[in-house]
Amino acid sequence: MEDRGIELKALPDELGHFGPFGGCFVSETLMHALEELKDAYQRWSSDEEFMARLDDDLRHYVGRPSPIYHAERLSAHCGGARILFKREDLNHTGAHKINNTMGQGLLARHMGKSRVIAETGAGQHGVATATVSARLNQQCLVYMGEVDIARQSINVFRMKLLGAEVQSVVSGSKTLKDALNEALRDWVTHVDDTFYVIGTVAGPHPYPMMVRDFNAIVGREARQQMLDQYEALPDALVACVGGGSNAIGLFHPFLEDEEVAMVGVEAAGRGLASGEHAASLVAGRPGVLHGCRSYLIDDDGGQIRHTHSVSAGLDYPGVGPEHAWLKDNERAEYVAVNDDEALAATHTLTQLEGILPALESAHAVAHGMKMAERMRPDQMVLINMSGRGDKDVQTLAAIEGMSL
Amino acid sequence: MTHRIDCVFETARGAGRKVLIPFVTAGDPHPDWTVAVMHALAGAGADLIELGVPFSDPMADGPVIQAASERAISQGMDLERVLDCAEEFRRGNTECPLVLMGYMNPIERYGFERLATRAAEAGVDGLLLVDCPPEEMPQLQEFMTQKGLYSIRLVAPTTTEDRLQTIAEAAQGFIYYVSFKGITGAGRLDTDALAAPVQSIRQQSDLPVAVGFGIKDADSAVGVASVADAVVIGSALVEALSEAKDADAACSTASTFVASIRQALDNS
Repeated sequence: MEDRGIELKALPDELGHFGPFGGCFVSETLMHALEELKDAYQRWSSDEEFMARLDDDLRHYVGRPSPIYHAERLSAHCGGARILFKREDLNHTGAHKINNTMGQGLLARHMGKSRVIAETGAGQHGVATATVSARLNQQCLVYMGEVDIARQSINVFRMKLLGAEVQSVVSGSKTLKDALNEALRDWVTHVDDTFYVIGTVAGPHPYPMMVRDFNAIVGREARQQMLDQYEALPDALVACVGGGSNAIGLFHPFLEDEEVAMVGVEAAGRGLASGEHAASLVAGRPGVLHGCRSYLIDDDGGQIRHTHSVSAGLDYPGVGPEHAWLKDNERAEYVAVNDDEALAATHTLTQLEGILPALESAHAVAHGMKMAERMRPDQMVLINMSGRGDKDVQTLAAIEGMSL
Repeated sequence: MTHRIDCVFETARGAGRKVLIPFVTAGDPHPDWTVAVMHALAGAGADLIELGVPFSDPMADGPVIQAASERAISQGMDLERVLDCAEEFRRGNTECPLVLMGYMNPIERYGFERLATRAAEAGVDGLLLVDCPPEEMPQLQEFMTQKGLYSIRLVAPTTTEDRLQTIAEAAQGFIYYVSFKGITGAGRLDTDALAAPVQSIRQQSDLPVAVGFGIKDADSAVGVASVADAVVIGSALVEALSEAKDADAACSTASTFVASIRQALDNS
């Protein structure tokens, strides 16, 4: 069994495959750009000076390491295992997304690319990219679906304050997947001077690997903090999964620890049976979207279906290929939590602990609470608090019939 | 028996004429008109037809072809019906080669073996998968080879010499050179810049070279034809067709469009 962890940890292969998943399904125009990116990433990620600079930025600018917090009242409320949070919500800009954009922004600079583009759903990745671009003096354009712009207006305004241009995307379902299409089209057109900062562990190789590596600081820190604070690893890790970057960041450094269970929580939206959900791993099947083979949500003709989740960041019909492989290998388990459960968890957590979670992270909280109830008091569940909920205040108010 | 695609290029070479390849999205503007439009294209001088398989997320295409795909999908067009169109067209035309152009996911959902079998039966001659480089093709390629379907490969301005070699080895029928860095239908064609890359392709491969992306009228077609063996026209035709109100109007638009380019190519 230990061998499985070692094998999984060594992936992807040279062509970006995680078993049958991953790869590089893009038009020929982008193949060279991806090759160039892969070479640059390999070079700079093994450069001591580059990595020291990144580490220094993460410490002094982002505020790492983020703490592990024991949620005592929530644990008592659930009446089972101890519930711990990895507090990525305390990072500068309010989510784990900055771990990745700090890395890619620095890489863009080293590659001599003066213009960066990004796609965003909830706006967290857009804000994180715009933040890094402001600091590194890069021109920044963020693609965002019209629907998401409407429900995440605070983040849209934040990006503009940071000097980024936000381009509204009106094709298809007008959400994250369409923003990704537009960003890819932009990249094909401006491939010489543009760096595409992908915000999740999907897309063509080397993105799933690179974004994972930049986020793996979450799991590396968490593993060490658990040993320091509790002299034990947690019994289970829980994280929400849209594209899957915060989850893989937490999971990856624990892959060889077979005794640590891993649970990814997808968005069941209005319920899996309703068809209005975004649970690619739980209710989808393998296919090819946005540059990689992975699980996705499509119809019998292979057309990508519109998805639904109350949280914009989980509202995506695909998922990172490494998660697809962890699922098929049964190293990680994937479940889905619906809108109502996520909203209930948001309120419970806010009232008991004074922590307002992002609606994305609230999915992980909802499932982590269910797990804790069934576990013994001497066990520990570590939930990735991937982002804070300030951006969702308007959505929460609207659900209660209030306008702010 | 010579492959239909090879046959077209050999005949054209012998006659000193350029191969004209129109692209239409299957099912657009209306699924019931597609076969008639294909016959109109062939009748007006198209040598090979690229039939687009509509996909919800066509990331290499511009707004014109994305809109065409959305119209087709909303009217129930899917891969099965695209193959039905091919079959029906083939019953009335045994000479004009057909290449299906599209994205991987509908093919993946249909099944590689099933697709290769059914496409060959329907009289399809080749496949061009925009988002599938040769590295990701081996499984599908095997079934295509068994059934005599050609794999049409793209070469882009960003393709390096090393990759060009790999692509040239995998390509069959003809090589499709993407004229600029961008998406279909963008207006950035620079015909003067085509000579050098087309020449590099010819050094790596004996296959004919087609050029596509950004060709929208007789002038640009003639410019491209001065360096290439074939000219592909997509977005401009799809846009013209989108305004047709019925099958007759669509056929007449298709016919006029292709005939004018055919004439310009033959007179140049």
